[in-house]
Amino acid sequence: MTKEKLSPELKKELKKTFEEEWREALRKSIPMKERMKLSRQDMPEREPEERNKDFKEVNQGLDEEAAVKEAMRCLDCANPQCVKGCPVGIDIPSFIKLIEKKKFLESAQKIKETNSLPAVCGRVCPQETQCEELCNLKKATGSPVAIGNLERFASDYERKKEKVHVPKIPASTERKVAVIGSGPGGLTVAGELARKGHQVTVFEALHVPGGVLAYGIPEFRLPNYILDAEVNYLKKLGVEFKMNFVVGMTMTIEDLRKEGYQAFYIGTGAGLPNFMGLPGENLIGIYSANEYLTRVNLMRANQFPEYDTPVFLGEKAVVLGGGNVAMDSVRTAQRLGAKEATIVYRRSRKEMPSREEEIHHAEQEGIKFHFLTNPVRYISDENNRVKAMECIQMKLGEPDSSGRRRPIPIEGSEFIMEVDLVVVAIGNSPNPLIGKVTPGLKIGKWGNVEVDWNTMATSLEGVYAGGDLVRGGATVILAMGDARVAAREMHKYLTT
Amino acid sequence: MPKILDRKRLVPNIHMIEISAPDIVKNCKPGQFVILMPDKKGERIPLSIADWNKEKGSITCVFMVVGTSTHKLARFQPGDEIPVCVGPLGKPAEIDKFGTVLCAAGCYGIGAIYPIARALKEAGNKVMTLIDAKAKYLIFWEDRFKEISDQYFVSARDGFYDCKDYIPKVLKEVLKENKIDRVISIGCTYLMYTCSEATRSLNIDTYVNLNPIMVDGTGMCGVCRLKVGEKTRFACVDGPEFDGHLVDWNELFYRRKSYFDDEIQSMCYWERKKKHQK
Repeated sequence: MTKEKLSPELKKELKKTFEEEWREALRKSIPMKERMKLSRQDMPEREPEERNKDFKEVNQGLDEEAAVKEAMRCLDCANPQCVKGCPVGIDIPSFIKLIEKKKFLESAQKIKETNSLPAVCGRVCPQETQCEELCNLKKATGSPVAIGNLERFASDYERKKEKVHVPKIPASTERKVAVIGSGPGGLTVAGELARKGHQVTVFEALHVPGGVLAYGIPEFRLPNYILDAEVNYLKKLGVEFKMNFVVGMTMTIEDLRKEGYQAFYIGTGAGLPNFMGLPGENLIGIYSANEYLTRVNLMRANQFPEYDTPVFLGEKAVVLGGGNVAMDSVRTAQRLGAKEATIVYRRSRKEMPSREEEIHHAEQEGIKFHFLTNPVRYISDENNRVKAMECIQMKLGEPDSSGRRRPIPIEGSEFIMEVDLVVVAIGNSPNPLIGKVTPGLKIGKWGNVEVDWNTMATSLEGVYAGGDLVRGGATVILAMGDARVAAREMHKYLTT
Repeated sequence: MPKILDRKRLVPNIHMIEISAPDIVKNCKPGQFVILMPDKKGERIPLSIADWNKEKGSITCVFMVVGTSTHKLARFQPGDEIPVCVGPLGKPAEIDKFGTVLCAAGCYGIGAIYPIARALKEAGNKVMTLIDAKAKYLIFWEDRFKEISDQYFVSARDGFYDCKDYIPKVLKEVLKENKIDRVISIGCTYLMYTCSEATRSLNIDTYVNLNPIMVDGTGMCGVCRLKVGEKTRFACVDGPEFDGHLVDWNELFYRRKSYFDDEIQSMCYWERKKKHQK
């Protein structure tokens, strides 16, 4: 994760809000030493034994009292490091101090100045490696301010009170913008440019907006009503959503240009599931994580047969991989009734790319972990269903290019693991579709769309891109950071 | 929501549905498909585009009534709305001047192959059509095929036509008597398999339009994956047209039946619910 230098504008803005009178008074109201003594407010969670049987949200959110207490812990530093860790550059001290002042609605509005999806980010951002990692309080006491939990609190408060503030939109610029893909990046660009008065249409291939937020992240981490609320907010900003429309197939970017669209943002994500190419990988009962999660989150296979789409329930479910998607998949399998839901990961717990919170929640919920293990081949029953998986044990060697120690197979350590459901969650590659059908769009060697990282501009005039499509599998917030850069540049492009 | 313009039974168990889809019709080409969702709780199912009308802005699909989704589709009336109709998806069929092309189809594939046969004819090929059905009453669109075919054959087992055998045998006879440069086959998996096997030893290029289970239809989920040659391909974005001699048919057969039990359960549930609603 790169920690960006703050832009001069943002620095100026932070300094301005820091010097506001009320902020100074608030800083003085409690001595810094006292603030540092306060302990971090725990996020209330549902009991593991209760929550691992349904799809309702695990984290319950801070209440007002806890949020204010947590906000008091923030030292309101003159030189806030946390903002450097935020890919979208939220004025973190300002929104936290507004919570301390119990100005919850203003706090929510503050966040929305730079982040169109705060309720989503407050839930799924890896704050521990971003804003919270750089928090000065962490350096002093080891325990950072719970910035993510506070972000979630402010935006939930605004929604629950039905006081969602819709900013005044300047007069229409009459410029048409096409956003391709309604994932976190696309929604961010849409929000940013709509607020500037551009006419934004979001094109989505699926029948529900949200991209990975809808089909990928399960309800127990990100309930659908949260996403719906964020999408409704964008609609209030004047964003138009065109569902069931595959740009590249239904119409190409060139077709859309002829329809008057002048600027484009491609945020079609890492929509190509990676498989390992093992013998037997196409047996029945072996899913990509994309398919497995889509069946459940988007098509509601957990409510089959009320919903028509089925999914294998599996008694011995195994998920391959160690990232957030793997955690989401294995916890889904557990919730669908698997007797044993197991993660098989080729490195050790320390190297898992998943958020610590997800691993911790999974452990609490009774998920089993097989570390330093890798599948070699799948074994079929007489009906072509997977019944077992041959695995090999691994040991860790020298660090590789990612800085993590390379797993090496231990010869002769093969063993058989009985399984009846396998979810392959070893990552995704950029969605190749748009590149194949858009002449002139420059594609890199991993199938990623190539961009100028300062502007997110692609090789095509007026066409910008960001998120997993250019990065390979990354995070929601990095996609949103790219999107903010792209939106800034697209605005320039449209108005000059 | 897209409107249903027409829906009628062509022959017992096979229906056509015409949907208003002005966006889809602009770019759709022979061999492509759409994904439909009959209602908000329905599955996303792929159907080949069997015809289109650019002026009217409509597409037509032909489907066989098999499971819950297709039963739901078969109940649509003109004027109804369908929540999801997205496309055109998949690569278009390869259309070129091959020489003489034989189009071999059965059941829903009779509809699916029609725009390919028509485009091949327009591209200057000699088009021979071979339609397979159990009996005469299961054959539709004969007039359409006769119009675009240089030669038109039917293999049906009820004695109304000259050929009484199942399609591969008839196909072999036709291939013996004619110089054929390419075979296209669309229909149930078994029909496509047997047609591909029939031409294998004769070394005639044979292309099939495959019909595996799909969810998103844009290459995102991988459920439609199957081995073609030694490579795993996604039918939704790498196909659906593939070289029939390279397809791992066994894999396609069993993967298509992945949810056999669930399909029965779904049908029973839906029928009970329907009864309850009456």
